[in-house]
Formats: sequence, C-alpha cells, structure tokens
Amino acid sequence: MTDIKNHPITDAVAENITKVEELAYELLINQVMTRDIATISPADTMEFVANLFREKRISGAPVLNDGELVGILSIEDLIRCLRAVDLFSAVNKYMSTQLITVKEFDPVIEALKTFVHNRVGRLPVLDEHNKLVGIITKGDITRGLLKKLTNEFQQEEIRVYRASHLFEDIISTRTSLVLRYNIKPRDFIHGGTASSYIKRALMRLGASPQIARRCGIAIYEAEMNLIIHSRNGGIIRVEIEPHQITMETIDDGPGIQDVDLAMKPGFSTATEQVREMGFGAGMGLANITRCVDQLKIDSSLERGTRLKMKIFLKEQESFGDSRGNRLEGTP
Amino acid sequence: MKLNEITQKLNLHQFTNQEIGSDDEASLAYCSDMLSCVMTGAGHHSIWVTLQAHQNIVAVAALLELTAIIITENALPDEATIHKANQEGIKLMGTSEKNFEVCGKLWEIGLRSS
Repeated sequence: MTDIKNHPITDAVAENITKVEELAYELLINQVMTRDIATISPADTMEFVANLFREKRISGAPVLNDGELVGILSIEDLIRCLRAVDLFSAVNKYMSTQLITVKEFDPVIEALKTFVHNRVGRLPVLDEHNKLVGIITKGDITRGLLKKLTNEFQQEEIRVYRASHLFEDIISTRTSLVLRYNIKPRDFIHGGTASSYIKRALMRLGASPQIARRCGIAIYEAEMNLIIHSRNGGIIRVEIEPHQITMETIDDGPGIQDVDLAMKPGFSTATEQVREMGFGAGMGLANITRCVDQLKIDSSLERGTRLKMKIFLKEQESFGDSRGNRLEGTP
Repeated sequence: MKLNEITQKLNLHQFTNQEIGSDDEASLAYCSDMLSCVMTGAGHHSIWVTLQAHQNIVAVAALLELTAIIITENALPDEATIHKANQEGIKLMGTSEKNFEVCGKLWEIGLRSS
C-alpha cells in the first residue's frame, strides 16, 4: 500500500500507517459502503442512465435483473455510448458483465487489495446469499478510515482527560486511588512490568515527568527485590492521593537480617547467578532512598519485609486542584 | 549528536527494526553492566553501553527513557527482548567491540558522561 522505497518514513508516519492498516483489518466493508444506491436494469436505455447519472451525480451503477446482479455500468461505458451516438440502446449492450465483487462482512483491506489489483472505481458488495447490498468506492474507504481514526483519537483524549481530572471530579473527605500488582519470585522476564504500568498510570493522571520518573525508579528497585529475594513473591501496592504517592511492597520472607547493613551502597546478598544478569549491585535501597522523600523498612526473619516509600507532592505538582477536591473543614 | 551519525561512526548494527529518525539524538552516555547503577547514573535520552543482553535491560531503558542501548562484545538479545524493545521504542544496537572501546569512541566523537 505504501511505497517505502521512495518516501523515507519517520516514526510518526510509521505509527500512523500501522494504525490505518490495523483499522483496515478491523473495519468491515459494510461499515463504510454506501447502502442507498441507484440501480438500473438491463433493459433501461442509455439515455435514462445518462439522466440518472447527472441527476444523482454518480459515475456508475450496478445492473440488476430480477434482483440478481448481472452487470455494472460506469461512466466510461456511458462515454463509449455517447461517442457512438447510441443513446437509445439498452444498458445490456454497454454494461460490463465481468463482475468483481466483495462480501459485506469482509474487512476493508479486502476491498483495498481488490482495488489495487483491478482497475475499477467501485465494487458491488454482496451479502452471504450473493444479493447486492451496497457499493464501495475508494472514497468510502478513505471516509470510513478517517472517521474511525478521529473517533479513536477523541476517545484517547477523553480517557486522558478523565484520568487527569479524576481527583477534581470526585469529592470526598479523602480521595485516593490504589493500584495493586502481584509479583512472582524469580520472574525476571516480567521484571519492571509493574513499574512501567505504575509510571504510565501516573503520567495519565497528570503527574510531572520528574515525579513519574522518581516513582518509576524507586518502584522498579523494589519490584526487582521481590523478584530476586522474596521466597514466594509479593505484592506492590501504590496509593495515589492528590498530595502524595505511597508505594509499598509486601512479602512473607526471608526477611532482611540487618537493615542498616542492607542500606549500605554496595552491600548485596544476591546470588552469583543473579549478579551475572547485572542485578545485585547493592544499590537498590540506596537508589530508592535517593528517589523518595520517606522510606520505611519493616523486616523480620519471621514475617518478611514491608517497604514503604512516600513521595510528597508540592502544591503545583499535586493531582487535581488540591483545594477543590476536599470537603470544607476536613483535614 | 544524531543517532544515525553515531551508528555510522561506530559501525553499529541494529537488532530492533526501528527507523532512526532525524530527531533521534544523544549527547550523553553511560556505561555499566549493573542495572541499579544504570538506574542511578543514566540520564534522560542517553545511550547506555553494556554487555548485558537480557530482557530486563529494556525495562530499565524504558523507565529511564533512554535513547538506545549499545550491546557490546557480540552479546545477542533474544527474540523476546527485541520484541519488547520495539514495543517500548528503545533501539538495541550491537557491536563486537568491548565496553571500554565503545566508550572511548563515543567520547572521541563528542559524547559526555550522563
């Protein structure tokens, strides 16, 4: 569909092409075709057709005989007829009977392929009983795709708008949004997935890139600690409030023997195998300390470890309008 | 400096299948094979030089919004890693040279520590 060789494609363009291609597979022919169409019969005169085309401003029409599609007549056929000064002949003398059709429940991409391989301007669309239900042109496809693209764009805008206004729109004494993620032990493949979801959620809610980045780094280190060290995995719990973000990881062991020692940059209990992957630099907790405003570690060999990290948001960084979303006279 | 230029001058190949556009640039770089150190040290939009090639390098690069990762000494990222990098828009580049050599060359063409 796109000539890649002659036109260098930027990332932005590539993204759009992919989107349009995706839509071409998603949209069905019967969602973009024209249903209300003028049809003619084989016995109609070409003069009748000429008037019809002019009145309806169309450049082609399917030919039906007792409801059966038997041909198609285009403006080129009409021109041939006009040149021969033969307007009183019947449609069946000039119509094309080599029919290329598409099915109404096929994706739009099928019609596009057909247009590419055949020099036709319109395609009759048939239902499962091979009855004519509409006509599709390249213009129909372009309009359909554009409409769909605009809709999707608006929906994403609405989604971001809704998310970023969550804290303004909901009034309560104390509003917060809680995100939870279950983390499996030794699941290195998915390491960082929860962190990136959290970062994305914060961005959608309207957090500044700096805040989202600090949260992302801190929660990544905590997430990797669960994957590397915890016996049975653990839970990440993030609570987002207009003025602060609280991130917690909870596991049930084995616990940290000496928290002060664990906090020292460079100290690590990671296995050789894990170190080979580049983990266990002994910088995890040190990194977290750097990124958050408050870090509390509650760990014992019996109960496991609970990490609580807080980032406080300044007035201009807070979610929503921090004055408007709380009830009067409440803390 | 444009990523295109860096790719050419260091003779890198790309594992991912992303178009390197004119707005892909980096002026800073960071080198370490320890992920937590990268978390601390690598700044926004910098290039990360490492011989690690497993899937987690993409998670780190995405969180830090790095421009590209240069994987050294012919280390090979697997399919899943490349796929994830494409999804996240992180460019994975490869070279047979060692970390030290790559960093030397990056410095020579004007990149600085992030």
